[in-house]
This record gives sequence, structure tokens and C-alpha cells, in this order.
Amino acid sequence: MNLHEYQAKSLFRSYGVKVPDGYFCTTPVEAEFAFRRLSSPVCVVKAQVHAGGRGKGGGVKLVRDPRECYTVAEKMLGMNLVTPQTGADGKIVRKIYVEAGSDIAKEYYLAMLVDRERSAISLMFSKEGGMDIEELAETHPEKIITLSVDPIIGLRSFHFNKISFLADLDKNESIQLEEMIKKLYQCFCEKDLSLLEINPLIITKTHEMLALDAKISVDENALYRQRDLEAMRDFYEENEREVEASKHKLSYIGLDGNIGCLVNGAGLAMATMDIIKHYGGDPANFLDVGGGATQEMVTNAFRLILQDKAVKGVFVNIFGGIMQCDIIAKGICAASSELGIKIPLVVRLEGTNVEEGKKIIATSGLNVITASDMADGAKKIVEACR
Amino acid sequence: MSILVGKNTRVITQGITGKSGLFHTRLSHEYAPRFVAGVTPGKGGSKILDLPVFDTVYQAKEKTNCNASMIFVPPPFAANAILEAIDNEIELIVCITEGIPVQDMLPVKRALEASKKSRLIGPNCPGVISPDLCKIGIMPGYIHKKGNVGVISKSGTLTYEAVGQTSALGLGQSTCVGIGGDPVIGSTFIDILAQFEADDETKAIIMIGEIGGDAEIKAAQFIKENIRKPVAAFIAGQTAPKGKRMGHAGAIISNGKGTAEEKIEALRACGAAIAPTPAEIGSTVLKLLK
Repeated sequence: MNLHEYQAKSLFRSYGVKVPDGYFCTTPVEAEFAFRRLSSPVCVVKAQVHAGGRGKGGGVKLVRDPRECYTVAEKMLGMNLVTPQTGADGKIVRKIYVEAGSDIAKEYYLAMLVDRERSAISLMFSKEGGMDIEELAETHPEKIITLSVDPIIGLRSFHFNKISFLADLDKNESIQLEEMIKKLYQCFCEKDLSLLEINPLIITKTHEMLALDAKISVDENALYRQRDLEAMRDFYEENEREVEASKHKLSYIGLDGNIGCLVNGAGLAMATMDIIKHYGGDPANFLDVGGGATQEMVTNAFRLILQDKAVKGVFVNIFGGIMQCDIIAKGICAASSELGIKIPLVVRLEGTNVEEGKKIIATSGLNVITASDMADGAKKIVEACR
Repeated sequence: MSILVGKNTRVITQGITGKSGLFHTRLSHEYAPRFVAGVTPGKGGSKILDLPVFDTVYQAKEKTNCNASMIFVPPPFAANAILEAIDNEIELIVCITEGIPVQDMLPVKRALEASKKSRLIGPNCPGVISPDLCKIGIMPGYIHKKGNVGVISKSGTLTYEAVGQTSALGLGQSTCVGIGGDPVIGSTFIDILAQFEADDETKAIIMIGEIGGDAEIKAAQFIKENIRKPVAAFIAGQTAPKGKRMGHAGAIISNGKGTAEEKIEALRACGAAIAPTPAEIGSTVLKLLK
């Protein structure tokens, strides 16, 4: 789960991590008021969206007086911000953050993430901040210092000594970086973060180290014990259907194609998308109805898939282990009568109670194309949606 | 011989009194009667499915000499359950639970490394089965057939697809191991490939991977250097969009890394036969055995 910059900074403040002063605003009046409160000659108005590259799309603007702040905020709020990361559709700006301007002397980079390969926490630092880290990793990997921190051992003095040495930091920077890393690491572990990225981490002209930007991702499996972070979830930043899906305990990802998929199991669901593509079709979604799906969940799954106007047909691919084929069959019938499914429906059932399931479909009077196996089903749905 | 589970497996269920734990213990025990007890703190002294229930793994082991555990404990308490099993030197721990916070698994990995006695399969996995001999997990027993193809997979239902195909082709399976879809898991492809290489009953191996991480790439190198038996592989997610979590917590293409393409290329370059579609996993391994 991603957090906005203003939420990440608020979390950092609670851990004693230095960030510039700033205020979250949703109206131009609030923005003007924020400028006055900040008593800084220059402030920055920043669009709050879950995407990077905001500056490139006009989502980061310097302002020098309250009126200008008002005007800039007015233009920014409601704008459709397009950045290299938002995609061509862009994102509507609903929230902004007005921050005191900083006199930047240097820009560094600092990040922490869970290293799944080493089952440890990765700490990354670079003196080349303020630029695309992925590009830097390609062109100048030697400029990125990566340390692996064993969570049982934790951060030790030798970690900081190593960074200081490799990055050739002066005493003041070393001391401040150590402080900052200690607090961020504590935050990372206590709040179940999966990613924390500060780009840039700045040194001001008065030699102060501040986190100028903040990007945080929280481990979704840990939200049950991070209710304060869970409450920060911004549903506007997520795909509408994906949000709806999670409410019904379904796993759904929308794609660009026109063949809807309803499958049990994430691996099989991905493989179903793959085999549709293989036979020349284009999947409209990933959907894992899960092992314990009820008739109601199946109906909700159909409803979700059909909300996508691009869908021309649906492929139901079920290999039931715990999932019983007759439950799925009943769900298909219920969905059909409730939603009035008019588009082609290809159903492939295999596994537990498959004969009952097939019988229910056969005697339902529904216009269903049955498939003998996964390949047969994929070919048939691609044909039906041509 | 089969690997990991067989006639001599004596398994307990941690979380046996929960709805899922009870349901799957019953089905697994009906498939092959290897279950000897259950553990649910607070329910010790009772009986369920004619099996004794204990408060702790310690007591269960003392009374039954169990050597395996199937864990059906909810996410907030699952890592603790795994650690308890490791502490009691249970040789095989199979954790079915989906949703364990990733940072909880980091000390579990350390405990496993220190243990040298316990092997963990999962979490977020369907389990392990040696057809006709022992089933620890949620897979439907009846689709399996005793044979000589070893199966290692990150997925559940996609594995059943491969099992169904190999059974229909008369090949059968020696053992099927679901390693799970989480980013941090107890056993990797490499761990299980090594086991299958050493098992005289296994004549060929099926590997089912998916997007996310680099386990399949590391496995490809391992296959090149250490595996002489033929390997057929399928990697799910060629059509998965970047940066999105596709169901499994570990199934995500991050910063352009962990794509299906790079895994397929690595495996192909190291000698594995690639199934072009999920419907051809069985036929791909059949060709290798001819």
C-alpha cells in the first residue's frame, strides 16, 4: 500500500526525522494560509499523487507570495497531471502539499527495502540524488552504495563507518546521516514498511540534512497491525474496480483487453491470461476468485468483470481442489440470472465435483460454451470474441 | 522413494481446531492416515477426528514422536507457530497460511539456517504430497497418480493443472512440492531440485514459476551445474503488467526485474525445456522422457 508524500513526512516527523515544514491542503484558501504560516520567502506547492516525476508534468511549483500560492494552488487542484510514471491518462490532483522552500547545497539518495533474496533489509545510499535511480543503477552502479542489514543484528557502527568511507562524507554529514538512518530504520521495522525512498535527501546551504521527498510503501499483509497507516489509504489513487474487488475478498487487476477471466488461484489466473494471449486474444483482467469462494463471491466476480465495458466475452477456468465445481456452476447460473449475461461465456471445469458442476451448467438453459481443457477453452473464447 | 513425505511421516496439525485446519486434516488423513495429533493452545486434552489435541508442539512431540507439522494458523500468529515447530526440531514444517507480514519471516529464515534439523515448505503454499503415501496440504488427492515426475511449484491450482496432465499421460508424480507464492519462503526451487536429483524414483522434474524475484534464474544456473535429470518448466505471467501484485505477495515485477521473459530465457539457456503454454506442461515433460 502506497502513502502520499505528506503522509510519509508526517510519519517521519513522528520518528524525529528532519523534514521541511509543510501543510497539507485541499483548497487554494488553505494553500494561501499555509504560505503565511510557513514564513519562508519561497515555498513549494507539490501535487500529492501516487506517482513520481511530478515536476516534469507541472506538479511542483515555486511560489514567492501568498497570492501567487493561491493562484498556483487553484490551477493545480483539479488538474490532470501527466508524468512519465502516471501513464498517458494522468492523475487528477485532489491534494497538495505546501512546503517551506529549502536552500539546497547537495542532493543525495537514501532508500530501504526488504531484500527477499537475502531475507534482510537493504539500505541504499548515493551522493547522486535528485535523479532517476534506475537510470543511475544502469549507467553508474558504482555510485550506489548498498548494505544488507540482518534484522537480528540490526544497524551497527560499522554500517555507518562503511557508508561514510565509501561515500567520502565529511564529519557533519556523517553524523547527520547516521541519525537519519537510525530513525528511518526504526520506522521501517516498527511500521512494517516494504519500501522507503528519499530522493532527494538534501544538505542545505546551512549544512542541515533534510528529507526533501518521501516515498513509502507499507506491507499489505501487515495492515491489520498498522491501523493508523491503513487509515491513510487513498482509494482515489487506486483503480476503482481493484478497490471494489478487495472489498469482496477477490483479487482483481484490470488490463487493456476484451476477454474477461474468472479463475481460481493466482498462478492459474496468470497462466490463463498467458494462454489467451498465446491464441491471439487479449485478456481484460486478472481475477483470482480464491479457494473458498461462495456463490455470492462468484456473482460479485462476474459483476466486477462486466463493469469493464470493453469486455466482449468471459472465460471461466476452474481447477477445483478445495473449490467445488458445483458451487462455481451455481454461481454462474445465479450471476447470469441476476446480471443478465448476454456476451459469450466459455466455461472449463475440472476437479472436485466436476460432474455435478457440468450437469448444473448443462441443465441451466444458459448459453454456455463448454471446454474440455484449458487450451480448448482459450481457443473457444478467443474465437467467440473475434 | 519420493522426497520429504512418505510412509514414515508422522504429522501434526498446528491450528487443528480452526475451520480450515480441521477440514484439511480430515481430508489429508483420509487420503493417507499419517496424522498423529493436533496442536491448539488452550484446547489441550481434547480429541478431534480421533486425534489427541495438545497445547504445545513440545507435548505433541513428546507423546507422539511426530516428525512433521502442517500449519493452519492465522497470519498474526503463524510465524510464531513456525518458530515453535523449529524450536522442537520438527523435521518438516509445511505452512499453508497466506498473509504473513514479510518482516515476520526474516527471523524465521535465520532460525531455519541455525536449526539444520528443520525444513520449512511455504508459507502461502498448497503443501506437499507423495501420491498414495502421504498428503500434507490442500491439494485434491484424487488427481494424483504414483509415478516418476517430481513437481516443484509456486502455485496451487496451476500445479493441479500439471498434475492432471501428467496423470492423464500415464506419467504420474513421485512427489509434488508447493513452495509458495510469498517473497520470503522456507525452501526455494534449488532446495527441492537437489532433493529430486538425489531421489531414484524421480526421473524428470517439472518446475512451475511465476513473475517476481529471481529464484527461477538462480535455479536455472543450479540446473546447469548440478541437475542431470531432464527439467520441464513453465513460467506464469508473461502477460502480467509491471509493478502490480498478481495475487501472490511475491508475484510482482519490480523496477523491471522479475519478468517471465528473463526467467524463461535463463532456464532455456541452462537446458530446461520450456512449455509454451500451461496446457502443454505434461506433453513437454513426456517428450523429455522418450
